[in-house]
This record gives sequence, structure tokens and C-alpha cells, in this order.
Amino acid sequence: MPELLEVTLFTIGIAALATLLIMPPGVWLGWLLARREWPGKALVETLVSLPLVIPPVATGLLLLKLLGRNGPLGDFLASWNIEIVFTWKGVLVATMVMSFPLMVRSARVAIEEVDRGLEEAAAMLGAGPLDRFWSITLPLARRGLLAGCVLSFARALGEFGATVVLAGMIPGRTITLALGIYQQIQLGDDHAALGLLCVSLALAFGSVWLGNRLSSKKARA
Amino acid sequence: MNEASTPAVANRPSSLAAANGPATIALDLQLRRSGSFSLDASLRLPGSGISVLFGHSGSGKTTLLRVLAGLERVPGARVSLGDQTWQDDARGLFVPPERRRIGMVFQDARLFPHLTVLENLHYGLDRLKPALPARSFDDTVALLNLGALLQRGVAHLSGGERQRVAIARALLSKPCLLLLDEPLASLDQALKSEVLPYLERLHEELRIPVVYVTHSPAETLRLADHLVLLSEGRVLRSAPLAEALSGMDLPEALREEFGNVMEGSVVSHDSQYGLLTLAFGGGLLRLPHRALPQGTRLRVRIRASDITVAVEQTRGTSMLNAFTGIIDGEFTPDGAAHMLVRIRVGTTPLVARLTRLSHDQLGLHKGRTVWAMVKSVAVDS
Repeated sequence: MPELLEVTLFTIGIAALATLLIMPPGVWLGWLLARREWPGKALVETLVSLPLVIPPVATGLLLLKLLGRNGPLGDFLASWNIEIVFTWKGVLVATMVMSFPLMVRSARVAIEEVDRGLEEAAAMLGAGPLDRFWSITLPLARRGLLAGCVLSFARALGEFGATVVLAGMIPGRTITLALGIYQQIQLGDDHAALGLLCVSLALAFGSVWLGNRLSSKKARA
Repeated sequence: MNEASTPAVANRPSSLAAANGPATIALDLQLRRSGSFSLDASLRLPGSGISVLFGHSGSGKTTLLRVLAGLERVPGARVSLGDQTWQDDARGLFVPPERRRIGMVFQDARLFPHLTVLENLHYGLDRLKPALPARSFDDTVALLNLGALLQRGVAHLSGGERQRVAIARALLSKPCLLLLDEPLASLDQALKSEVLPYLERLHEELRIPVVYVTHSPAETLRLADHLVLLSEGRVLRSAPLAEALSGMDLPEALREEFGNVMEGSVVSHDSQYGLLTLAFGGGLLRLPHRALPQGTRLRVRIRASDITVAVEQTRGTSMLNAFTGIIDGEFTPDGAAHMLVRIRVGTTPLVARLTRLSHDQLGLHKGRTVWAMVKSVAVDS
């Protein structure tokens, strides 16, 4: 089944790339929320969490209006010859937006759990803010951050609603496991849908199991 | 001045001399917080020796230390060490803690849990420019007796060991000022007496000023050269230890806690009677104590009520110690039956408590020469 393999690899690739791309801004924003007071903090906090609570399809529509032709960002991107809608980039963008809240929340909690007193001690030993972040905060928050990555990755694997609106279901271009299952059901090919389902289950099981392992070790330490 | 090597508080002529040292620490701040907490302090600490900030919890001592370190920025505060200004909001100046070259030891040690002891010690060291000679590392490890601990993880250290590592880590960052925030407060008595001798060694070997925050009179009496008494956000007194404690208007509770301090060096020991003779700035003091090497510095505390005042040298009493001195201060608390007189014995001030009746019957007054007889001596060591 070459198509099953292709869809699986595409899904894993998109989820991994999305996780990788949202990690730096997610950790940075998590740090800002955990450690700094700034105007508009509550607003940003709410905005970042929105994709968790509004219907994914609505998020997809919002992104479509934003990034599509005649959309405020779409025009700008088109002038750079970047086409998001109905391409693999659309899958990536939708996945990133849906996983970002999980990354930020995990990073925030992980960083809040690091004793600020240790950062103060590092400052007294001559470490500047960036140095302290790399040498103290990051290593001590690493389990929580890793768990956040796994969570984001798992969420990205299953993303459906926003993706289907922004990227459509174009065979060979934008079909992920979740989209594929829906498509095969509609086509009445239960056998193909079942194959995709099994792969989905295995991937989900693996990543949640890994995530739980990481967070329980964090609790011990 | 050479206070770092000779911690002889009794020989200091006045608080001014100590405060005019080479690199005076200056801190001025006013702070109002929600609730009733307020802090209003203008401090000048000597540029050498150990200055103890003493106060009960809520007195503001830790806040003062954090402002000095740059960990807290109180608007309008001014902080400087010698000619380096660290904070002056009027000029928009604030030097962040990592550029102040201050070593700090916290109550809870704050060792980095993901690093070994050796890596903790190297944290500040590796960030030094120019690098410290390797000999200094070995010396510091030896000074705090850490040789056997270097490869351990910090989770496997006792409380006392943790504090020793924290002290060494701070020293290795080659600070120009060392701050200690209740370094012994979270240790039990046995661990306290394990760490205290190391702090005393620092006192002898260190050339930089130390500011030590505590609420323990015992630690204060052992370590302080200069004492700052804080109460409810105000500085009650800032002076060399003996001067600070001989102030006439010291709150009664503090006088009870501290008493008088006499410091001297061991002259001899009488093994037949178990008595040690101590030479202090004003004479010889004999006290029950085990033998100590000649020349050892020792501090003893004497309660104000343990000093008897006589107008002539009396014979036929059990008092071993009688010193002649001049009354230079008197104080009567409102409506009390007793009063305080301060007798200057050589350079050592001794505050004695007596009834107002005895005071008047003996005809005591400022400037009169009297005998101060010390009943019993409590040795603080």
C-alpha cells in the first residue's frame, strides 16, 4: 500500500515540522507569560488559548479569510509568490495554529516550576538574562518542555477541522491520516479507512505513552 | 585600617572611623508597601570586615540586602560601593546584579540541582574575565573543606555541606562584596556549629567587606565587626559592635538579648582553677573557660544586670573582676525603678543596670570615676 505509507509519512512529517517550528516562539511566549509582567499580557494569554476552545472548523475559516486570496495576509504572501491555501503549507499552518496553545501552556507551566531563586543565584554569579535562560531555566524545565512537544506533536497528528477548511482534501497534496479516514469513509472504502485508523491509533498511542512517561518523571524530580 | 585581619571591635575609636574606610557601602531607600510595611533606611557600612544587619522577621533586613544585590529595584533608591554607583534613579542608573560582582549566599543555598558540586563551583568561576588562577580554586576548596564532595550531585549533600558549597561558589566568582542572607537559619544546632567556624575563617582570610543578615544574637556576637540594628523598617543603630550595643536608648528587649560585649586576646590559663585570662581594651578579664592558645581572640558577653558599680575599690567580695572607668552616659526608662549607666573602661563601654536608689545614694553622675565589678561572665563561643 504505497499510498498508506505516503500519507503516514506526510502526516508525521507535517506534525514534526509544525512542532519544531512552534517550539521556539512557544517557549519564548511561555517564558514571557511565566516570568514577566507586561501590558496586554492577559489579552495575549486569551488569544493564544482561543484555538483550544473555538471549533477547529471556525479557526480554519478564520485562517482561510486571513490567508486566502484578497485576505489581508494572503495578498502580501501572494506578492512573494507564496501560496498557502490548498497546499501542504496550508496543512502546516493549520496544524501549527492548533498546536501552538498546547506548546505555550506546557512551556509556561514548565518554566513556572523552575525556582526563580536559582535564576537569582545565577545572576549573582555573573550570568546575564540569556545566559541564565540557557544554563539554568532551560535545563531545569526540559522535561516539561519535552512533554509539551510530545503533546503538540500528538495534537498535530490528529488535526482535522482547521486543516480541511484551509488546505482542502487534495489527494497526494494535502491528505493526512485524519483527512484520509474521512475521505475513505465518504468514498465507502471501509478497508482503506481501517488501515489509516490502525496507523493513527499506533501513532497516538506511542506519543501519549511517551508524553506520560516524561511528565511522570518530571513529577518525581 | 586593617580590620579584615584583626577583628578587634573594642579597639575602634568610633563609628565614624569605621564608616570612612576605603570602600564604604552606601544605601539610601524609602519604600512603602501595601499593608503596614515600610522601609526607610540610610546606611553607611564600612568597606571591610563583617557588618551584621540584625532584626526580627519583617524588619526589612532581607529587603535591604536584595536592594544592595540588585535583585530588587526600589524606585528612588541609591546604592553604591566606594566610587562605583549601582543604582541612582535620579540619573537613570541601574547596574543589573550580574554586573555588580557581588557574591551572595542565600538561606536555602540555591545550588543548581542539575549540576554537580564541581560544576556549581565552576558556574561563577567560568564567567570571570580574566580567569582566576587555578591556585585560588584549590585554596577556596581547601578553605571550606570541599575536596571530598566535588564529584557529588547536590541532592546528596547535608544542609551544612550545601551551605559550604554555596559560600565557596560565591567566593570563586571573585566578588568585591559578599552578602550572606541568614546562611545558618535553616540549619539545626549541630549543623550551625559545623558551618560557623568556616564563617569565622572567612573573617580572617577575606579582604572584601561582608554584609551578613541574621536574627540570631549568638551569630551576631560571634561574627559582627559592625552592627546595624533594624526594627520595623528603621535603622535603630549602625555602629561598631560594642558601640552599637552600649547605646543608652537601646530597646530593652535587645539589651536583654545581647548584653555587653568584651573582646580580647588570651594571655594565660590557670589550670588549677580553670580560669582563662583575657586582655581587652581596658584591662585583664578572668573567666571560667577551658584552655585556649595564647593570642586567641575571644568575645564574651556580660549582662547589664551582672555588673555591679562601686565608688571605691572594695575588698572582701567574691568578684574576680573589677575595672576602673568613667561614667559617660546615664539613662532612666520612664517610671522604672532601675536605670542604666555606661562606664567606659579603657576603650570598652560597659552598660550596668542598677536601681535609681543606689545611683542617688552613691552620688553617681556623668564624668565620675567608678569601679565596675563583673559578677559572672557568659562566654559566647
